[in-house]
Amino acid sequence: MFKFLENLPARVYLAVTALLAVAPLLVTLGSQPFYLDLLTRILILAIAAVSLNLIIGFGGMISLGHAAFIGIGAYCVGIPAHYDIFNGFIHLGLAISCSAAFALITGAISLRTHGLYFIMITLAFAQMLYFTFVSLDEYGADDGLIIYQRSDFNGLLNLENPTTLYYTVLVTLLGLLYLMHRLVHARFGRVIIGCKHNEKRMQALGFDTYRYKLTCYVISGTICGIAGFFLGNFTNFISPEMMDWTHSGELIFMIVIGGTAGIFGPVVGTAFFLLLEEMLSGLTQYWQLIFGLVLILLVVFGKGGVHGLLVWADTRQTAQAQPENDS
Amino acid sequence: MKLKMQRPQTGLLAAMMIMLPLSVFADSVKIGFVTTLTTPASVIGEDMRNAVNLAVEHLGGKMAGKEIEVIFEDDGFKPEIGKQKTDKLVKKDDADFVAGFIWSHVLLASSKSVLDSGKFLISSNAGPSQLAGKGCHPNFFSTSWQNDQTPMAMGEVLNEQGIASVYIIAPNYAAGKNMVAGVERTFKGNVVGKDLTKWGKDRQLDFSAELAKAKASGADGLFIFYPGSAGGAFLKQYQQAGLKASLPLYTVFTVDSLSLPKLQAGNIEGVLGSKSTMFWAPDLDNAANKRFVADFKAKHGNYPSFYAAQSYDTIMLINSAVNATGGDLDDQDGLRAAMEKAEFDSIRGRYRYNKNHMPIQNFYLREVVTDAAGNWTTSIVSTVYENHQDSYAGECSL
Amino acid sequence: MTVNRPVDWHLLVSQLLNGLQLGLLLFLLASGLTLIFGIMNFINLSHGAFYMVGAFVCATVVQATGSLLTGIVLSLASLLVIGAAVEWLIARKLYQNDHLDHVLVTFGLILVFDTLAHIIWGPAGMVIPLPEILNGQVRVGSFVIPSYRLVIIGNGLMVGVALYILITRSRLGMLIRAGASDRDMVTALGVNIDRLYLVVFAIGAAMAGFAGLLIAPITEASIGMGNEIIIIAFVVVITGGIGSVQGAFYSALIIGILDTLGRSYLDDFLGLFLSNQAAETAAPALSAMMVYILMATILVFRPQGLFSPSGLRK
Repeated sequence: MFKFLENLPARVYLAVTALLAVAPLLVTLGSQPFYLDLLTRILILAIAAVSLNLIIGFGGMISLGHAAFIGIGAYCVGIPAHYDIFNGFIHLGLAISCSAAFALITGAISLRTHGLYFIMITLAFAQMLYFTFVSLDEYGADDGLIIYQRSDFNGLLNLENPTTLYYTVLVTLLGLLYLMHRLVHARFGRVIIGCKHNEKRMQALGFDTYRYKLTCYVISGTICGIAGFFLGNFTNFISPEMMDWTHSGELIFMIVIGGTAGIFGPVVGTAFFLLLEEMLSGLTQYWQLIFGLVLILLVVFGKGGVHGLLVWADTRQTAQAQPENDS
Repeated sequence: MKLKMQRPQTGLLAAMMIMLPLSVFADSVKIGFVTTLTTPASVIGEDMRNAVNLAVEHLGGKMAGKEIEVIFEDDGFKPEIGKQKTDKLVKKDDADFVAGFIWSHVLLASSKSVLDSGKFLISSNAGPSQLAGKGCHPNFFSTSWQNDQTPMAMGEVLNEQGIASVYIIAPNYAAGKNMVAGVERTFKGNVVGKDLTKWGKDRQLDFSAELAKAKASGADGLFIFYPGSAGGAFLKQYQQAGLKASLPLYTVFTVDSLSLPKLQAGNIEGVLGSKSTMFWAPDLDNAANKRFVADFKAKHGNYPSFYAAQSYDTIMLINSAVNATGGDLDDQDGLRAAMEKAEFDSIRGRYRYNKNHMPIQNFYLREVVTDAAGNWTTSIVSTVYENHQDSYAGECSL
Repeated sequence: MTVNRPVDWHLLVSQLLNGLQLGLLLFLLASGLTLIFGIMNFINLSHGAFYMVGAFVCATVVQATGSLLTGIVLSLASLLVIGAAVEWLIARKLYQNDHLDHVLVTFGLILVFDTLAHIIWGPAGMVIPLPEILNGQVRVGSFVIPSYRLVIIGNGLMVGVALYILITRSRLGMLIRAGASDRDMVTALGVNIDRLYLVVFAIGAAMAGFAGLLIAPITEASIGMGNEIIIIAFVVVITGGIGSVQGAFYSALIIGILDTLGRSYLDDFLGLFLSNQAAETAAPALSAMMVYILMATILVFRPQGLFSPSGLRK
């Protein structure tokens, strides 16, 4: 039953998950509520990164506009709250439907292109949305809006409590990872992965690849919108800056660092990215120099991110343990 | 060496620390200071940091006998990062005061974290209308101004100088729009044209199209607002377009001690004689300001900017409050009451606080001149407003 | 404010010149980008860092020696070296990698270059002082044009022509053209491909540096100045078609002029349909979006951009 535990990446990921599950307890014991914030932030962005990895890692569609969905999700909390509507079901419903709609419209257009063209057209749509919100004075323009009260789920969930928020996000993330696992291993996932490697062949096999890819893009955007819903609640604040292309870029870095080949990679990548940033920025004003060098070294000497590294270590271990099988 | 000698006692000390209530051990005044220390905007942040350090030095490193500990944090010019750093200051460092904040969006994003935790929030620059009006808070104070005030003073100046029509160019973001709204509120003449240019990370720095329009409009004057390095770029192009004679320049928060040395290095003489309004100038005549400006210049070689002046005042305001409670940082009401009095020698001279905790202060007309040493600086020409209050205090329910 | 005034021809001509100037600057940046992408299949986000370094080095030299020419020469020379070093030490190892790796590495390079600039030159930025004659204006009939703007236009056109000759007439140009459309063929011809890549990368870096030092007397040399323009340069590359210098030239001019005209006339134009208040709010937002709208529209009809060298990989 626990056969999957025989491979190293799975053991590591299970350990990380277990650690995340007990983290609030540790933080409380150490009376360091700040670290719970940091972890919550990591988990929220991990949701976004996992969603992005669905299109990048499995679908081969590199989007540089994913932060737009975070922004949409967050504004779906902020704008109703601005009008004193705090009902969480409305917020979440809006976040899901608006981000799905945006993904459908922009995806339908963007997916006509490939490669760098796709990167740039997704960026273009995100920038258009960014400038739209910058010009909306009613919602604070570029100053943004403070969210004075978090989404209210009729007493079912009290998101004002940091621990509740943390566990809500954690459960969402775990649910999402399970969904990804099922999705990737289903026929749908195989078609998407097939498109990444050879779209022409998939078409020859009779698949309407455009529709598969569009569906994949919409799923990804919608999930990222949910991450935005959480981020708005968590930061109690929305601003167009959330949709800035540099945030889209950061999401890409997170998944590259974690490794695009696995489902869990982006979670590790997000944690690595944010923890490193937090640690270095406390050291020196010039921390970005070190950060930049780390990014460069990771790629030049890396082996497919953390996930790739674990797989590599695992195969090496196995090879050493059973040398006779190799020959 | 000292560390080694103390080592045997550390265990005992730690045990005592756990047993005693925390406040007894709070023998320092912790001030978190959020500003921008990366990106080109760090030129502002570093000026502010220099001023804070000078203020601490002037106080001999102590407030009411307690050590001053200032923790600087970099917001990276991003509201999200600013909020994260503020959370750290509040939750991890347990700062008593959180101050700084150049940008309105960073201040707004961070304000809830500080105010919800019951700590004091002091803006050393940003003055968004939200926090002056409906969102005013007993624990929020400003040592700067509300965004609208300075351009309103400029509007009055334009009226006094008999300018019948102006052309307005400003960046397209909240503060930029506030500046435009401020000048339009008091200016009685005709606004013949208005351009809001792209702002943010890929902000527009080439103003050729706007300058060509301004010139073609036949306006009597040009009003602009460009903080940071964009101001320098604008002034250079204003000079290169040869508009000084036909289109005199009126600015707010654009020509300052950060941009003038660079403009002088580039020989951009078009800026000499240009007019701006502000609550302060390096040559404002009072003892506190003279000391501040002289010591700042001696240490850093250039005039302090208004950002620096406001940051210096931030520390002095905190000092006045801490002294008033005799160093008791738990006496929130005492600290608040002392800050509301603003009984300290501000670099702008004495000022009062309005009920929304924005300063009631004078605004001056300033002109760019050459000082005795040959450096370009701003100098006060006249007083435009005396004891001016911002327009949002009425909306504040405190 | 938006009165229906007759078309001001003076204004229109100056705006077209302003648009031309912006377009040529974008071309200097985009031509290097498009070559590097077209030939090496390498996404170089750090191209903007070259633009910044060019401005800073030139400013430093001019402030120290007082000679603009020395500044330009030394700046270009240093960029040839830096460009070659980046290619040799980093980019070369990654040509076979995924585009994601390129984005990550070159973003890391941006952070490194920006922070080094902060450490070396401080956060305040630097000006490039101009000789009196370039700080003035030129009068042609009743037109008054800032003389330095003409310098930018002249230099931009000059480099454009030089590049055109280089690409169409020289052996290096032939290899570049061949490399952009079919890399394997060039290798098969027995050309030292490594050296070709090194040269293209260095030239691209020098052109970006040239654009940076040209703009700096108008704006200034400042940290991160390249990050502000690099995205638009990518838009130019994409709109023109990856790998096509000719495409980059036309799309740079189109985008430069469209952007300038949008900033000049959009509020008047929108004023015809909307209330003044609405036009005032919508115009800046729309003019900021315009280049993106243009790119998206072109890609809808021509998913490979306006000009695309034949046979280029997708």
